[in-house]
Amino acid sequence: MRYVEQEKVIKRMNGRLVVNTIFKGLFMAATLLALLALVVLLYRIITQGASHLSLDFLMNFASRFPEKAGIKAALIGSLWLMAVVAPTSIILGVGSAIYLEEYAKQNKLTTFIRLNISNLAGVPSVVFGLLGLTIFVRAFSLGNSILAAGFTMSLLILPVIIVASQEAIRSVPKELRDASLGMGATKWQTVVNIILPAAIPGILTGSILALSRAIGETAPLIVIGIPVIIQFLPRGVFDTFTALPIQIFDWASRPQQEFQVVAAAGIIILMIFLLIMNSIAVIIRNKFQKRY
Amino acid sequence: MTTIKTALTKKEPVQKTDKKSVYLTKQLNLWYGDNHALKNIDLDIKENEVTAIIGPSGCGKSTYIKTLNRMVELVPSVKTSGQILYRDRNIFDKDYGVEELRTRVGMVFQKPNPFPKSIYDNIAYGPRIHGIKNKKILNEIVEKSLRGAAIWEEVKDRLDENAYSLSGGQQQRICIARALAIEPDVILMDEPTSALDPISTLKIEELVQELKKDYSIIIVTHNMQQAARISDKTAFFLNGEVIEYDDTDTIFSNPSDKRTEDYISGRFG
Repeated sequence: MRYVEQEKVIKRMNGRLVVNTIFKGLFMAATLLALLALVVLLYRIITQGASHLSLDFLMNFASRFPEKAGIKAALIGSLWLMAVVAPTSIILGVGSAIYLEEYAKQNKLTTFIRLNISNLAGVPSVVFGLLGLTIFVRAFSLGNSILAAGFTMSLLILPVIIVASQEAIRSVPKELRDASLGMGATKWQTVVNIILPAAIPGILTGSILALSRAIGETAPLIVIGIPVIIQFLPRGVFDTFTALPIQIFDWASRPQQEFQVVAAAGIIILMIFLLIMNSIAVIIRNKFQKRY
Repeated sequence: MTTIKTALTKKEPVQKTDKKSVYLTKQLNLWYGDNHALKNIDLDIKENEVTAIIGPSGCGKSTYIKTLNRMVELVPSVKTSGQILYRDRNIFDKDYGVEELRTRVGMVFQKPNPFPKSIYDNIAYGPRIHGIKNKKILNEIVEKSLRGAAIWEEVKDRLDENAYSLSGGQQQRICIARALAIEPDVILMDEPTSALDPISTLKIEELVQELKKDYSIIIVTHNMQQAARISDKTAFFLNGEVIEYDDTDTIFSNPSDKRTEDYISGRFG
């Protein structure tokens, strides 16, 4: 008596193969749909905005007249913002991650902190904007300066950087730590010489992706009250400024048809900005990647 | 049993000498949380000898060797009581820093664990963290350590290559050389050949025989033939206790405890 009857198995075979093919098709359709949406979006923006792209667009300040409107203040403003956000968030984030992974004792308090850092990564950016408004803009009287906006953005992306850095540090094999500590190295020497070099690709990739999120965020800047039309460049971190997403948001919400073109051109600039940052992340990952 | 006996006849008899103690363990107890892993351990380990620690899995032999350089404390929830005197000083004393202890006591781990750095930087790591910066001195330490670990001839022309490019057996000898580079007094080896092929194992065993002239060696091993071949003294651990500790010859030819006899004759474990 055999339980598996070859005849029946063969008979059922066709049905199984058909189901397999159907699901393959469904999954492919899902991928194609996403790709299609992306392509349409890119196509519309590029065809719409390309005509307005020129050196003048990069060199002009914002204007009431669409043909004169430029993105200079926003572009430089976004660069200033990054100059504040990158060091603040990376130093704080990597420092916290090192503390949590290497120094902190495993107890209920640290488990609670870890859990909540992950939760913070999911808090809407508007909430961080309100926090920044209360603390940096008002309590610290920083006004709507680059520093206030930079600190707010740093808070926003800090959880992401901490979690990414923790993951990177945790993926360094325990054997390497043991080897270093077993030779009488201090924790700090082990962190600097062994753990950070091995974790740096992961840390940098995570940080750069978090920074590109900060570049594209609009809500916190609106809540803080960053102005849109600015006819000067900031000379320091205490000056006010405007940033790419805010500028684009303003142009896109104007009634005149011509400003839609200007907004599309702004989006192209923002996308190039993001593309450059993501490419840097990929390059770093490929360059430093080590296998164990 | 036959293999063990042939190994024994080849070895020179151990001479009773009045060697100094390097590690004197008194009434050591260790808990992982509620799990009582080491129970009332008393062991007197002599210098310039190879002391083997054998026993079935989970008997506490790895825990014990990791206690000797306090690496066991990296596991959260570890508690200890009792004393371990290293050269007459209790290693659990508050003013005895683990870093200081570990510069005197080198360790070789179960799995070869070189750093993802060049061979040279692997060996120079220990001296560097202890503040030696002089290139000439570092060069000499690297050569001396690699010669000491019997791997100099194989790697002298490729010191700049990543240590990961070496075979497993070579990597383990790099790790031994790395431990030698801080010029320790004791070398702890936690099943150093368990991940290696027979030929690499043989090389490491020969190396241990060489090293005992200058260092005291404590080696945990799963392999009883290995303990019989290379050690002077053997401690048999079972369920966190030392059942028997004696000259290796005595342990393997005339054990006084029935459980030791059962274990070495392969009746369990």
